[in-house]
Amino acid sequence: MSGSGTLLEVSGISVTFDGFRAINNLSFNIGHAELRAIIGPNGAGKTTFMDIVTGKTKPDEGKVLWGELSRNLIGMNEAKIARAGIGRKFQRPTVFEDQTVFENLLMAVKNDRNPLAVLFFKPKFKDLAKVEELASEIGLAEQLSRKSGELSHGQKQWLEIGMLLAQDPKLLLVDEPAAGMTLGEREHTTDILKEAAKTRAVVVVEHDMEFVRRLDCKVTVLHEGSVLAEGSLDHVTKNQDVIDVYLGR
Amino acid sequence: MDMFKKNPSLPVFIAVLVIFTLAVTFLSEAYGAGAISTSFVKTLGKTLCLALVAIAMDLVWGYTGILSLGHFAFFGLGGYMIGMWLMYARTKIIVLESLANAPLPPTASEISDAIGTQIFGVVGSSEFPLVWYFAHSFWAQIALVVLVPGLLALVFGWLAFRSRVTGVYLSILTQAMTLALSLYLFQNDSGLRGNNGLSGLQNLPGVDGISQDYISIWFFWASAFALLLTYLIAAFIVSGKFGSVIRGIRDDEARVRFLGYSVEGFKLFVFTLTAVIAAIGGALYYPQAGIINPAEIAPIASIYLAVWVAIGGRGRIYGAVIGAAFVSLVSTWFTGGQAPDVNLGFYTIKWVDWWLVLLGLSFVLVTLFAPKGIGGLFDLISGRLSPNRHGVPLGPDKGSLREEEAEK
Repeated sequence: MSGSGTLLEVSGISVTFDGFRAINNLSFNIGHAELRAIIGPNGAGKTTFMDIVTGKTKPDEGKVLWGELSRNLIGMNEAKIARAGIGRKFQRPTVFEDQTVFENLLMAVKNDRNPLAVLFFKPKFKDLAKVEELASEIGLAEQLSRKSGELSHGQKQWLEIGMLLAQDPKLLLVDEPAAGMTLGEREHTTDILKEAAKTRAVVVVEHDMEFVRRLDCKVTVLHEGSVLAEGSLDHVTKNQDVIDVYLGR
Repeated sequence: MDMFKKNPSLPVFIAVLVIFTLAVTFLSEAYGAGAISTSFVKTLGKTLCLALVAIAMDLVWGYTGILSLGHFAFFGLGGYMIGMWLMYARTKIIVLESLANAPLPPTASEISDAIGTQIFGVVGSSEFPLVWYFAHSFWAQIALVVLVPGLLALVFGWLAFRSRVTGVYLSILTQAMTLALSLYLFQNDSGLRGNNGLSGLQNLPGVDGISQDYISIWFFWASAFALLLTYLIAAFIVSGKFGSVIRGIRDDEARVRFLGYSVEGFKLFVFTLTAVIAAIGGALYYPQAGIINPAEIAPIASIYLAVWVAIGGRGRIYGAVIGAAFVSLVSTWFTGGQAPDVNLGFYTIKWVDWWLVLLGLSFVLVTLFAPKGIGGLFDLISGRLSPNRHGVPLGPDKGSLREEEAEK
């Protein structure tokens, strides 16, 4: 199953908010070590899709099947889904601003999450090594003892990506990672994501076409809550429907 | 150790507490110069218990962001549990003495009835209610000090946190619990003597020959020791990864959830643990106070608790201790009639009446202008500054630290 096969299977999900159908019979698959971009105009259901996969929103119908055992994620809570191996990065950088970069990363490193285990937790050498390794990967090795609230916007985004990688998820859901970043920061972000996608699935929701082009991966276009087109970026940008609803505007 | 590194105040606190305990001991009527009256020793001992429950409040509010306005209920329950044994055991001794001269030796049920009449006469009853089932056993009641408030907190917390009740709604819910509990205890048929409460708790059964001078200082030591232990436990909890997680919950609980931590589990753990700590504080406090009644559990008491922690500075353990000790001692001074009246010519300020106004005013002023509280004064000495975030708090949640409360 290495590299091929299905990691996440979204099948026939629909969700309605007060009569507004945010997701409409949405189905698609994501493979084991795949980089995928999801694009679509505002209100296409990109963020709602992430909310459903991570357990924040319960869909009205449909299934989200996960992993080799094809476990249904619907009905599981956020923490459980996160422990099952799905990491999520929010649109705004959300790190724990009152805590140091080190504390943020250590909290994220994969370990027993049960309160008692956490209470008596002593970082082992491998945990510290993991934090060091991640910090240098995201370019924050020098900032470990600084409070993360003092970091720049881009650094916070990387820290959050670092925390996601520390969780060692099988699937990484990343919501608009390039928002508010400078050109240099975007390049670094692209590198981090591409590197991450070598060993796990990474799904990037993004508005910015240039950024998606740089990712150089398969693209899924969402529109009004369902898949409009799928394929390489060049392929979908030639699609007349896509041009009409999204690119033409 | 990590605990000492992350809490530089820990050795200072231990030193201050030890010196304070020794000083009070050598100035007490029992073991020293007699410069401190026995009643003031009791006041100081009670103050240590209040500092202890303030630490619990700081853990649950200052560190985890749950503004519980019900922790004094757990404190009171702890007091009731120990009070039941104290009252039972002492009444039994008195009853046995009076029955010793009877022509026939009394039967067990006669003794039980006599104790019942003594204790429940004030509420027109002589039957032992079911809740007194274990009152004859010291160890059972000691266990109940921990178990009753602990179970109440566990069940209440489980229901509230599972439904993801947060912020103001949770505070209201905890107030409702406190109010319900105190109203229930006010009833004569609650089994705990209604508004009479439990009294005579200062008299320890079996030590009749020993004066209150000694008993008061023993309780003072026990309170100081319990405070020390609580401080150490709190420092241990907040310094490691557990501390990171609960501060994360305070500032942004959704993010903690997506890291795979069960936020509800952590909240429940902290809520229940702090309820147990509060109950132990109450079990030490009320034998020194001598009496406990349902008014002690009134919702306002739990609000005071939050005020102490706010005035001391939340999110730092020594802040809670300072806030509780300072405010309760000053309060004793003002309401005890020792504070001199201020004659304005047209009106005389009597502090007994005006103290609450002063307290309320200082609470508002501290919240507005010095959110770090009294504890923040130490930051001036150590040079720790607040970050400049242009007014943005440290996280999206209601309980998150404000810019002025945080440290660089």
